[in-house]
Amino acid sequence: MIVGERKPLEQIEAMIEGFEKILIVGCGTCVAVSMAGGEKEVGELAASLRMKGKLEGKQRTIDEITVTRQCDKEYLEQLAKYVDQYDAVISTACGAGVQFLAERYDDKIVLPGINTRFIGVAEGAGVWTQRCMACSDCLLDRTGGICPMTICPKNLLNGPCGGTNGGKCEVDGEKDCAWTLIYNKMKKIGRLDYIRKIQPPKDYSAMTKPGKYTHEAFKEARKEEEE
Amino acid sequence: MSEDAHQQFEPKVIAYCCTYCAYTAGDLAGSMRLEYASNVRVVKILCTGKIDTILLLRAFEEGADAVYVAGCALGDCHFLEGNLRAIQTVAHTKKLLAEIGLDPGRLEFFHIPASAGPLFAQRADEMTARARQLGPNPLRAKVGQPAGGKLARDPDGHLPLPEATHGRLIRQAERISAAASDSETGA
Amino acid sequence: MVAGFRQAFEEKDFVITAEVGPPKGTDIAELESHIDLLKDKVDGLNVTDNQSSVMRISSLAICRVVLDHGGEPILQLTCRDRNRLALQSELLSAHVLGVRSVLCLTGDYISVGDHPQAKPVFDLDSVQLLQNVVLLNGGKDLAGNELKGATDFFAGAVVTPEADPIEPQMLKFEKKITAGAKFIQTQAIYDVENFKRFMQQARRDGVKIMAGIVLLVTPGMARYMNKNVPGIFVPDELIKEMAGAEKGKKLEAGIRIAGRMIKQLREEKICDGVHIMAIGKEECVPDILAAAE
Repeated sequence: MIVGERKPLEQIEAMIEGFEKILIVGCGTCVAVSMAGGEKEVGELAASLRMKGKLEGKQRTIDEITVTRQCDKEYLEQLAKYVDQYDAVISTACGAGVQFLAERYDDKIVLPGINTRFIGVAEGAGVWTQRCMACSDCLLDRTGGICPMTICPKNLLNGPCGGTNGGKCEVDGEKDCAWTLIYNKMKKIGRLDYIRKIQPPKDYSAMTKPGKYTHEAFKEARKEEEE
Repeated sequence: MSEDAHQQFEPKVIAYCCTYCAYTAGDLAGSMRLEYASNVRVVKILCTGKIDTILLLRAFEEGADAVYVAGCALGDCHFLEGNLRAIQTVAHTKKLLAEIGLDPGRLEFFHIPASAGPLFAQRADEMTARARQLGPNPLRAKVGQPAGGKLARDPDGHLPLPEATHGRLIRQAERISAAASDSETGA
Repeated sequence: MVAGFRQAFEEKDFVITAEVGPPKGTDIAELESHIDLLKDKVDGLNVTDNQSSVMRISSLAICRVVLDHGGEPILQLTCRDRNRLALQSELLSAHVLGVRSVLCLTGDYISVGDHPQAKPVFDLDSVQLLQNVVLLNGGKDLAGNELKGATDFFAGAVVTPEADPIEPQMLKFEKKITAGAKFIQTQAIYDVENFKRFMQQARRDGVKIMAGIVLLVTPGMARYMNKNVPGIFVPDELIKEMAGAEKGKKLEAGIRIAGRMIKQLREEKICDGVHIMAIGKEECVPDILAAAE
C-alpha cells in the first residue's frame, strides 16, 4: 500500500499562514493504515493546529472530515456541500488524492498535509519498508521475489556491486544487499541459472510519466459506444 | 502572571486510570482514607492501551492544566501490552505538545500497581503541584472560543450513482435508481 | 593505432598500471606533475571518474591531458552520473580523443560523495556497460543503429577477490567476462595466499588479471580499511609490521610491503600484472616499483 508520513507541523503552519477557515480532509485507505492521514491523524492534526493557533493568538477555525478515499470521484463528491465555506483545504491523502481533490474543487486552495513516501509493506507496528517502485515491467520472476529496482539503491540488474559488505549494502549498513539476498534465495529455490544470464538494460520508457492505463475491458466498451 | 496569582488558581488535573491497577489503587486509597488533592478528576478506562493521542490532546484543548495516564507496572498489564502502548503514546504526545507550544511536563505516565494506595495519592498530589508550578493552561481562557471540530461522522452515507459513460452501465444505473426511488415512495 | 596498454600484455609477462585522480577545479598543475612522474614507469594510467561520488574534472578530459603528455590513459567510466546516451557519447568521444582502454564500473552511490542530494542515474550497470562497449567496437549502438565509425576499445572491469560472501561476486565476475571484459583490475589485496586461491578459479585464456595494490601509509589506515572498506582484508602480520616500524618510517614500511607483494606476484607468475593505487601519494609509486625489483 502507499505509505505516507505527516509533514512537520511547522511546514503545515507555514502553508496555512493567514487563512482563517481551514478544512482538513482525511483519507480512510492507505494513509489511514500507515497512520499518517486517517481519521485519527486528522483529529490529532486539527487539535494541534487549533491549540497552536489559540496560543499564538491567531484567529482561525479548523474543521475535520474524513472520506473513504480521495482517489475515486464518488467519495470526493461528498465534500461539495462543505468545501465552499473554507479559505483553504488541507488534504492528508497521498499525492494522488491531493491532486484529485484539487482538480475537483479547482477554485479552492488545496494543500498537502503529508509526504507520500512509497509503496510498501508493514514490517511491524508503525514500521514500513519500501518494496515496489512501480517500474511497469515486473521482473520478480527472475530475482526470486526480491526487487533489485527497489531494494538496491543502484537498481542493478546484474549485481552485486563492489560495495557489498557481508550481505549489507554500502549505502546503509543497516540495509541488506539486494543481490546477496537474491543470490541466496535463488540458490535456495534452485534457480541460480536465472541470475547467471546477463540481464539487458531496463526499458525505462515503460515508466514515462505521467502514466495512463486503461483496462482492456473498458477499451472495448468505449469502441462500442463510438460505433 | 505573578507568583501569587500562580498559587491562587486551582489546577484542573485529569487522570486516566486503568481498571485493573490504577483505579483499584484509587479505591484502596479511598478505603485507607488517604487525603490527596481534590483537583484530580479520575477517568476510569479499561486499560491504558485504549489511550489515543487525541484523548490527551482534547483534554488540553478543553482546558486541563495537567493530564496523567496511570497504568499497571511493566509486565503486569492485565491485557499484556496495553501499558507499553500507553507509554509510547504518552511519549509521542509529549513531543506534539512541545510542537504546539505547551509544556510537555503537563503530561505524564505513571505505573500504579493495584495495591499501591499511597502511591496513587502521591501521584495525584505530585501532578497537582506540577500543574500549580507550571501555571494555568494558556488555552484555558480561550476554551469557549469555537475553533472548529468534526463535520460529519460518516459523510459517505448514500453514495451518488457513478456518472455512467458506457452503455451497459447506464442501463444498470437506471435500473437501480428506479428501484431505489420505488422503494422510497412505496415504503 | 593499437593502444600501448593493450600491446603491453603482448610484449611483457607482467604489466604495471597506476592511477591519477583529477582535481576538483581547473588547476591541473599538480596533476600534470604526477602524470610526468609516472607516465614512463607504467604501462597505463587509470584516470578516475568522480571518484567516491565527489565532483571533479571528468576522466575524459584528463585522459586527453595524459595523451598530450605522452602517457597511456585508461578511461574509468561509471554508471552513476550518465544515462546510456551519455555513456555511449562519452565512449565515442574518448575514441576520437585517442583513448583506447576503458575500465567499466558501476560507481559508488551518490550518498557517499559531496553532492548527496543529486539524482543518481545508474541507467546501466557495469555488465551492461561492458556489453555496450563491445557493441560500439562492432560498429553498432545500444539501439541497434549503425555507427559512422566504430570504436576500438580494450575493455576491462573490476572484481573483489576478498568479497564476503564470495559466490555472488564470482557469479558477477563470470558475467563480466561473458559480457566482454578483456582485462580485470582487482580491488586491493594484501594476502597473496588468498589471492593465489582466487586466481585458481578466476584465471582463464583471453583475460588478463591485474592485482590491485593499495599503499599502506599508517597502521591506522590498515586497521580502518579492514573494518570499514568492503572486500579489503589486511592480515594481522602486515598490521603488526606497520605498527612495528619506527615513528616516521611507517610510510617506508608500507612501500616495502607493497614492493614485496608485487615481487612475489611477478616471480611466482600468480597474475598478469598489478594496478597500483596511491592517490595522494603518487610520488611514492616509483619507490614501490623500486622495492619490487
